[in-house]
Amino acid sequence: MATSIIFLPLLGFLFCFLLGKQFNYKVYQISTTSILFLCTLFSWIIFIQFVNNKETEIIFILNWITSGNFIVDWSIRLDTLTAVMFIVVTTVSACVHLYSIGYMEEDPSKIRFMGYLSLFTFFMLVLVSSNNLLQMFFGWEGVGLASYLLIGFWHHKDSANKAAIKAFVVNRVGDFGYAIGIAGIFYIFGTISFDSIFSQVDQFSEHQIQFLSFSFPTLDFLCFLLFIGAMGKSAQLGLHTWLPDAMEGPTPVSALIHAATMVTAGVFLVARMSPLYEFATFTNLFITFIGAATAIFAASIALTQNDIKRVIAYSTCSQLGYMFFAAGVGAYNASIFHLTTHAFFKALLFLSAGSVIHAMHHEQDMRKMGGLFKKIPFTASMMWIGSLAIIGFPYLSGYYSKESILENAFYASNGIAYFAYLVGILTALLTAFYSWRLLFLTFHGENRSNNKIYDHAHESPLVMTAPLFILAIGSIFSGIFFADYFIGYYKKEFWDNAILLTESSHKYLPLTQSLISKSAVAVGILICVLIYSNNLNRANNLSYNLDPLYSLSKNKWYVDELYHKVFVLTFFKLANFFWKRGDEKTIDGLGPNGVSWIISKSSSYVSLFQSGYLFHYAFAMLGGLVIILTWFLYY
Amino acid sequence: MIDWPLVSVIIFLPFIGALIILFIKEDELTSINIKWATLLTTLGTFILSLILWLQFDYSNPSYQYEEKFRWFDDFNFFYHVGVDGISLFMILLSTFLTPLCILASWNNIKKRVKEYMLSFLFLETVMIGMFASIDILLFYIFFEAVLIPMYLIIGIWGGNRRIYASFKFFLYTLLGSVLMLIAIIVMYRNTSSMSIEFLQGNYFSYNTQLFLWLAFFASFAVKIPMWPFHTWLPDAHVEAPTAGSVILAGVLLKMGGYGFIRFSLGMLPEATEFFIPLIMTLSIVAIVYTSLVALAQTDIKKLIAYSSVAHMGIVTIGIFLVNQQGLEGAMMQMISHGLVSAALFLCVGVIYDRMHTREIEFYGGLVQRMPLYATVFMIFMLGSVGLPGTSGFIGEFLVIVGAFKFSSYVVIGAAFGIILSAVYMLYLYKRIIFGTITNNKLADILDINTREKIILIPLAISVILLGIFPNLFLDPMRLSLELIITNYEIANAK
Repeated sequence: MATSIIFLPLLGFLFCFLLGKQFNYKVYQISTTSILFLCTLFSWIIFIQFVNNKETEIIFILNWITSGNFIVDWSIRLDTLTAVMFIVVTTVSACVHLYSIGYMEEDPSKIRFMGYLSLFTFFMLVLVSSNNLLQMFFGWEGVGLASYLLIGFWHHKDSANKAAIKAFVVNRVGDFGYAIGIAGIFYIFGTISFDSIFSQVDQFSEHQIQFLSFSFPTLDFLCFLLFIGAMGKSAQLGLHTWLPDAMEGPTPVSALIHAATMVTAGVFLVARMSPLYEFATFTNLFITFIGAATAIFAASIALTQNDIKRVIAYSTCSQLGYMFFAAGVGAYNASIFHLTTHAFFKALLFLSAGSVIHAMHHEQDMRKMGGLFKKIPFTASMMWIGSLAIIGFPYLSGYYSKESILENAFYASNGIAYFAYLVGILTALLTAFYSWRLLFLTFHGENRSNNKIYDHAHESPLVMTAPLFILAIGSIFSGIFFADYFIGYYKKEFWDNAILLTESSHKYLPLTQSLISKSAVAVGILICVLIYSNNLNRANNLSYNLDPLYSLSKNKWYVDELYHKVFVLTFFKLANFFWKRGDEKTIDGLGPNGVSWIISKSSSYVSLFQSGYLFHYAFAMLGGLVIILTWFLYY
Repeated sequence: MIDWPLVSVIIFLPFIGALIILFIKEDELTSINIKWATLLTTLGTFILSLILWLQFDYSNPSYQYEEKFRWFDDFNFFYHVGVDGISLFMILLSTFLTPLCILASWNNIKKRVKEYMLSFLFLETVMIGMFASIDILLFYIFFEAVLIPMYLIIGIWGGNRRIYASFKFFLYTLLGSVLMLIAIIVMYRNTSSMSIEFLQGNYFSYNTQLFLWLAFFASFAVKIPMWPFHTWLPDAHVEAPTAGSVILAGVLLKMGGYGFIRFSLGMLPEATEFFIPLIMTLSIVAIVYTSLVALAQTDIKKLIAYSSVAHMGIVTIGIFLVNQQGLEGAMMQMISHGLVSAALFLCVGVIYDRMHTREIEFYGGLVQRMPLYATVFMIFMLGSVGLPGTSGFIGEFLVIVGAFKFSSYVVIGAAFGIILSAVYMLYLYKRIIFGTITNNKLADILDINTREKIILIPLAISVILLGIFPNLFLDPMRLSLELIITNYEIANAK
C-alpha cells in the first residue's frame, strides 16, 4: 500500500507527460485527481494503523548506488513520522488537484499543470518516506525541480522565470550544505541509513572533526550543515528571499508547495534527524535563534504588503520560524504538530485567496478589493476560519500547536529559548494584526475595485469550494483530535521512536503567561480594528508618520537589493573579469597567441636562410650531420 | 567467451566501412548511399560493442578479450588489445555517440560529404583503438591519430574562424604529444616493456617518475582540459560542426581522464602522490573560474564548452583522490558528461541548423514554438546541473563523498560547482527557451523532426537510466578500479 501511495502519482505524471495529447484534457484532470484521492485514502488507513501502534516497517525496493562501502538503497521507511507526512501531503495535494480543475479552467496548458502537480507529489512522498539521507536528497532536489517548473509555469512571464531561477538557485545554496553534510555523515558513521546512524550517535558525542583547519564538535558540525539545507528549503532568514517571489506561480501551487508541504521539508529533516540533533547543543541554539528571528522578521514584513498572496507567503515564512524554534528547543513533536495543523490552515488560506483572485479576474492587490463578503460569502467565511486558526483562536487547530510550541520554549530554560518565547508572543500579535488586515482589506469596508469587476465577482464553482471545505474541517478539528497523540497523553506510544521525545511530562503554561499570549493576539486584532475598521485614511496617515519603519517593512528590509549588489553584480563582474582579462588577455596572450607571435617574428628571420642556393642547403645539411654524429659518439 | 577477435573487429569495422565508402560513387545531389553506408557501419559497431558489455566478466579486474601479436621482431612492441572495466565504457561511449553524429550531420553537411564520412569512420577506429590498446606504443599511435580527423573536421567543415581554432587546437596538443613521446621512449629504455598491463605498478625510480609524470601531464591536462590549458576548447567547439563538437566533448576530453587513470595513477604512483596538491588546486580553480566565465558567455556553444571544463574539474578531483568513491565518481562523471554535453551540443545544433546563429540574444521564447525541444533540452540541462535522478548527480556526489576523506577545502570547491552549475545553466535555459518570442525570425521555427527525435531521445533515456540505475555501470568497472587503487596504495606504503 505504501509503495502504491508513492508510485501512483508518478504514474499520473507519466500519463500526462508521455501520452499528453491522446485524450481530452478532462481525462487527465480526472485521472490525476482520483489517483490522489486514492492515495489520500491509503495514507489515512496507514495513519490509523500507526495510531493503533503499528511497528516501523522498511520496504526494500532496489539497490541504488554501491561504491566501495558507500551503499545506498531505494527503500521506503514507514513509521509514524512518515505516516503523518503522508496524510499531510496527500490530503493537501488531493485538494489542490481538485481545486486546480476549476482554477486553471481557462489555461491552455492544463494537462502539463496536472502532470507537474503529480510529479511534485511523487517527489515529496519520496522525500518523507526515505530511509537514508541520499534518497531524501533525491526527493529534496526533486521537489525543488517541481517547484522550479511550477513557479515558472507561465513561462511567458519574465518575472515568473526570474522567480523560478531564484528559487532553484537559493535552494541550491542550501543544498551545498546538505550535500557536504551527507558526505560528512558518511565519513564519520560509514553509513547514511537512519537507523545505523542513530545507533552510533552515542560514540561520537565528544568527537571532534577538523574542517578548514578548525576543529568542531562533530555532531554539532554535521547538524549545522544539514540545517543549512533546511534553511534553504524552508526559507529561513538569510535564505528566505525566494519564497515571496515564488508567488509568481499559479495559486494552487503556492498552496501546495510553498505553504503546506515542500517548505516544511526542512522542519521534517530536522525532526527526522532528531536523535542526532539532540547532541548538537550549539546548533540547537542556532536553530532556535534563526527560527525566532525568521518568525518576527517575516511577520514584520507581512504587516505592510498589499499583494494578498505575499502577505500569506510571509506568514508562511513566519510560521516556519515557529516550527524551527520548537525543533531547536527539542520539542520535535510540537514542531511536527504545528507543521500538520499549519498545512491545513495555510493551504486553506492560499486556496481561499485563490478563490478571491479568481473572482476578481486575477487582481491580487488588496487595495483594489474590499467589501467582497457580500459577493463571495463562502470564500470569505473559509478565509475567516483559516485566519482564526492561524492566530490560535481557542480550540481551533493552530491554538493547540502554537500553544505547545510556546510552552516548550518557555520551559526549555536557556536564554535563547526564552528570547524565542518572547518573540513568539510578539509574533502572535503581529500575526493577528496582518491576518485581520487581510480580512478587512479584502472582504469588509467599502469596495475599492473597478465597479465592473466588483459586479462580476462571483462565488467559485464547486470543484474549488469543496476542497476549501475539506481543508476548513482540517483547520478546525486537526488540533483537537490530534493533540493527545502528537503532544499529549498518548505521545509516547504514538511516536514510538520515530522522532526523539524529550522527557517532560505535559506541562501547561502558567496562567499569567497563557493570558499574556492570548491578550497579545487580542491586542493585535484590536489595533487592526482601530486602524482599518472604517477606511484607509488612518492607515495611510500612520504609514506616512512612521515612514522609515514603514518603508523598511514595505521593502522587505532591503534584503533583495543587498543580495543583488553583493552577490549578483559581483558574480557577473568577476565572470567578465575572468573571461576578458584571464582567458583572453593572460592565458591566450601568453599561450598560443604569444607563441604564434614569436613564431611569425622569428620565421621572418628564418626565411632568410631559404636562399634557394643549393650549396647553402648542402652546407647546412653537412653541418647538421656533423653535430648529430658528434652527439652519438659522446653518448 | 567468444573465440573470434571481437575487439579487433570493433576497432577495424569502421575502417573497413571507410574503405568500402571510398569506392561508392558520390552522388552529386545527396550522397545518400554514402550516408547510409556510414550509418550502418557505425550502428554495426555499436551493436558489436554491446556484445562486449553483455559478455563482460564482472569478476575479472584485468583485461578481457585480449589479443596479442608481435609487431616488430627486435623490439617488445605488440599489437596488443583488450578491454577492462575502465576502457569498456569509454569504448561504448564512442560507439554510441558516433552513429548519432552521423545522423546529426545528415542534412547540414553539404560539401565533401564523402571525405566527411571518411573522417568520422577513421576517427571512430582510432578512438576505439586508443581505449582498447594495451601496448603503449599502439596507444600513442592511436592517441595521436585522433588529432588528424579532428583537425580536418574543424578545419574543413568548421565555422568562419575555423583556421584559427584548428591551429590553436593543434598547437596545444602538439606540445603535449612531443613530451609524451619522449616519456614513452624513456619508459621503454628503463624497462624494455611497452605493456600497459605489465607496467601497472611501480617500476621507475622516484626522479624518473617525476619527469615522466610531468610529460604525461602535459599531454593529458591539455586534452581533458585542465585550467589553464583550456582556452583551445571553447574556440574549437565554436568553430567545429555540431558532430565535431559532440565527439570532442563526448569522447576526446575523456582521453585525458583515461590517460590520467592508466598512466599517472597506474604506472607513476609515487609521483602522483607528490603532485596531488597541484592537481587539486588546478581543479578547484577550474570549477570556480570556468563556471563564472560560463555565466558571462554570449554564445551557446562557448557556454557549454566552459561548463565542460568545470565538469572535468570534478573528474580530475575524483581521479586524484585515488579512492573508490572518487575514482568511480570520476568515471561516472566522464560517462555522464559524455552523454549530457554531447546532447547539449546536439540541441544547439538543432536550432543552429534552423537559424544559423548561436548567439543567445537571438533566441528566446522557443518553448512557445518547440515544446518537445524544450522538454528534451530541459532533461539535458538538469543532467548538466547534476539533479539527483540524472546521470550528472551520481558522479558529482560520489566525488564529494570521496573528497571528504581527503580535504575539506577540496570538498568545498567541488560542492561549489553545485551552486554555480545551476546558475549558468538555468540562466541559459531561461534566455533561449522561456519567455515570449520577440524575434520575428523565430516566429515559424519548427519543433524537432523525426530524425532529431531519434538522436535525442535515446540520449535522454540514457541520462535518466544512468541516474537511477548507476550500478549497471559501476559494477563492471569496480574491480578494475580497485586494482589500480591497490597497486597505488602498495607503492606508496613503502
